[in-house]
Amino acid sequence: MANKRIDEPTGTETVGHEWDGIEELNTPLPRWWLWTFYLTIIFSIGYVIAYPAWPMIDRATVGMLNWSSRGELAKDMSAADQARATVREQLARIPIERLPEESGLMQQAVAGGAAAFRVNCVQCHGSGAAGSQELGYPNLNDDDWLWGGDLKAIEYTLVHGIRQAGDDETRMSVMPPFEGAFDTAQLDALVDHVLSLSGKAETNATGARIYADNCAACHGPAGGGDRAQGAPTLNDAIWLRGSSREAIKRQILQPRMGMMPKWEGRLDPVTIKMLAAYVHSLGGGEDFVEVAENPEAEVDEQP
Amino acid sequence: MHAEAALGRIGLWFIIMLAAIASAVAAADAGFAAHATIIAIVAFAMIWMSASRFDPMGKAQGFFKMPDGPSRYDDDVIRWGVIATMFWGLAGLLAGVFIAAQLAFPQLNFEPYLNFGRVRPLHTSAVIFAFGGNALLATSFYVVQRTCRTQLAFPGLARFVFWGYQLFIVLAATGYLLGITQSKEYAEPEWYVDLWLTIVWVAYFIVFVGTLAKRKEPHIYVANWFYLAFIVTIAMLHIVNNLAMPVSLLGAKSYSAFAGVQDALTQWWYGHNAVGFFLTAGFLAMMYYFVPKQAERPVYSYRLSIIHFWSLIFLYIWAGPHHLHYTALPDWAQTLGMVFSVMLWMPSWGGMINGLMTLNGAWDKVRTDPIIRMMVMALAFYGMSTFEGPMLSIKSVNSLSHYTDWTIGHVHSGALGWNGMITFACVYFLVPRLWKRGRMYSLRMINWHFWLATLGIVFYASSMWVSGIMQGLMWREYGPDGYLVWSFADSVAAMFPMYVMRMAGGLMYLSGAIIMSYNIWMTLAGKQREEAPLRDAAYDPQADRPIVQPRPEAVPAE
Repeated sequence: MANKRIDEPTGTETVGHEWDGIEELNTPLPRWWLWTFYLTIIFSIGYVIAYPAWPMIDRATVGMLNWSSRGELAKDMSAADQARATVREQLARIPIERLPEESGLMQQAVAGGAAAFRVNCVQCHGSGAAGSQELGYPNLNDDDWLWGGDLKAIEYTLVHGIRQAGDDETRMSVMPPFEGAFDTAQLDALVDHVLSLSGKAETNATGARIYADNCAACHGPAGGGDRAQGAPTLNDAIWLRGSSREAIKRQILQPRMGMMPKWEGRLDPVTIKMLAAYVHSLGGGEDFVEVAENPEAEVDEQP
Repeated sequence: MHAEAALGRIGLWFIIMLAAIASAVAAADAGFAAHATIIAIVAFAMIWMSASRFDPMGKAQGFFKMPDGPSRYDDDVIRWGVIATMFWGLAGLLAGVFIAAQLAFPQLNFEPYLNFGRVRPLHTSAVIFAFGGNALLATSFYVVQRTCRTQLAFPGLARFVFWGYQLFIVLAATGYLLGITQSKEYAEPEWYVDLWLTIVWVAYFIVFVGTLAKRKEPHIYVANWFYLAFIVTIAMLHIVNNLAMPVSLLGAKSYSAFAGVQDALTQWWYGHNAVGFFLTAGFLAMMYYFVPKQAERPVYSYRLSIIHFWSLIFLYIWAGPHHLHYTALPDWAQTLGMVFSVMLWMPSWGGMINGLMTLNGAWDKVRTDPIIRMMVMALAFYGMSTFEGPMLSIKSVNSLSHYTDWTIGHVHSGALGWNGMITFACVYFLVPRLWKRGRMYSLRMINWHFWLATLGIVFYASSMWVSGIMQGLMWREYGPDGYLVWSFADSVAAMFPMYVMRMAGGLMYLSGAIIMSYNIWMTLAGKQREEAPLRDAAYDPQADRPIVQPRPEAVPAE
């Protein structure tokens, strides 16, 4: 077109078109722009030669570096496995009762258990293992244990779970519901007696009688609980489902009971052992004592 | 209108209303029934409007009035589009601030209608498709008329495009809150809403191409290439990604035609090119018209516009697989996504160069003209995020950044910085011209808006960079014993201060948009604030008219 002109501020010629007052300059492509564009193309050509890129009939080109994402993962995993192989072998061989004697190995087990805990356990027990009173997830930092707090008992709980359907050896206990069994006055008296076990209220004759008839068989005459049946201790300051009168009443009338999945088959025996060591190390771990009722935990003797 | 024609229309809408009521009654699920009810309400409104149009005293008369003669541009749809842009923009930004608050304070999840999972797609669709989409509709109709010097082709169809698109937005938005979703990111609406959008989009294509065909200029301006690429490609992406089989013709639920990794790849081919052709090509089209108009300078380089246009649209369409690095997607496809993303860097920057360098000889206007200042900031953020994108697509960078907030920060530096700022600038340009006002109510308020928005973006992007890199590093940190140091919950807890800062940034950005709405409201009311003057582009209403004579023959450029 004949409307080409030199634009005064830039000294560049226009292309000669005009749309609604907009003109275009005929500036050449910026050199740095063009050369950077070429460089990215050259890089890309190099990259597709080096890495898997061109789809062929039944598979893609492998690339000069012979790299694959699955291969890289396998390499990283085997390097990590090898680094831990010795520790894992030792852990597999040692019976858990003797683990505390090997302080170096115990340390490694606690570190591995902490990592596994963050992946598998924090969802219920919380990232600090403090549990939740509202939802009835036990606090693992205190020294109150429903089923025993030595290494072997913790490992057993991990292996078989609590109230896990389909596992004959799971930890199993049932508190019966007392809905309709007492009138309001009797219930209040019972709650007073339960609270009196930890010194939070005055006891009374009615409450003590009802407790002795209905509760003492599992929870013990003084509320000391019974680990053999998983019956909670009632005479200390730790309450799994709350210590208010309402919470205690609800638990008597309509008891809620938690469930912990079994980890056998989902985690390997060494990881379970490490988890037991970690939970034991949180503060409430007890020294190993021979408990007759405590069933034998399966210890993997395979290296 | 004649009585018979009016009766015929009323009859047609009545049948649609009855069909919608029947669908609502027979619907397989509550969500579909709710949507059929919305259609029935719209049909009822149309009956009422058709009837009142027959009434010679009816106030709705002139609602669908076509332009007076061939010597005026057809600007009604554009005015509605500008108002819709601002309305949906405020709604979308508010939803964004709300979900940002939910992430910091989870108690704000009000079940079930206002939980994060439902409001998040409401936010993304409202800002991309409702705010951005209306901005693209309005500006494309404005620009194509001006640069072709002719009226819109098929004015009735153009009005259908606008209202049909609003109906799509309403159905999509209410669907999210009711829990209707096909779980494809940025393509959540179910099959019947997708079909409706397809009809609207084909009508949009016909109006746009029809207008290009009857142009009075020998050549097609570069902005129109970008608009056309946007319209054509979005149609293709929308149809392919939404191929699905409904469970029942009277129910909302459908199943995608694709499964597994094929579905993921189709989805991200769609998702990435929604960014490429909706948020990049479409908004570059806006830039190519409004920046030279506001700067009153010629476009920097015609040659660059050709090369970067073709390289951009050729390369963009292949880059989608970079969203699926280190997944079940085969390695070769990941390579493809990465190298095309790296090559996309300079073609993307071509648009930034052409925009910024158009200011050659007028750089003083960055100091004196708040609208130019907004445009320059938009282009700067465009350049920043189109550098960040290729960088994040490199696999070793992606292994750190993937699934972290870095991606969120990247998206928002583009969305708030580029799409938001350029849209605000274009709306500030359009409002006085569309409503025949001398200038905006206040140019100083544009300046306040500029600073609030810029500060908001800085807060948003930098807090997400910090939180994203922190997440990436925490997730991969191994202790001396070879075990992971942090749990996922640890990284969530660590992000809290960043989430609060991000919310503060979003709040600033929203406040800027509220100031803008006030400014537009006062401009429409015909007021002008008394203030020290700032520079604005000149406007000659006499020159802003179509050419009525036939188009001259095209002559080759060289």
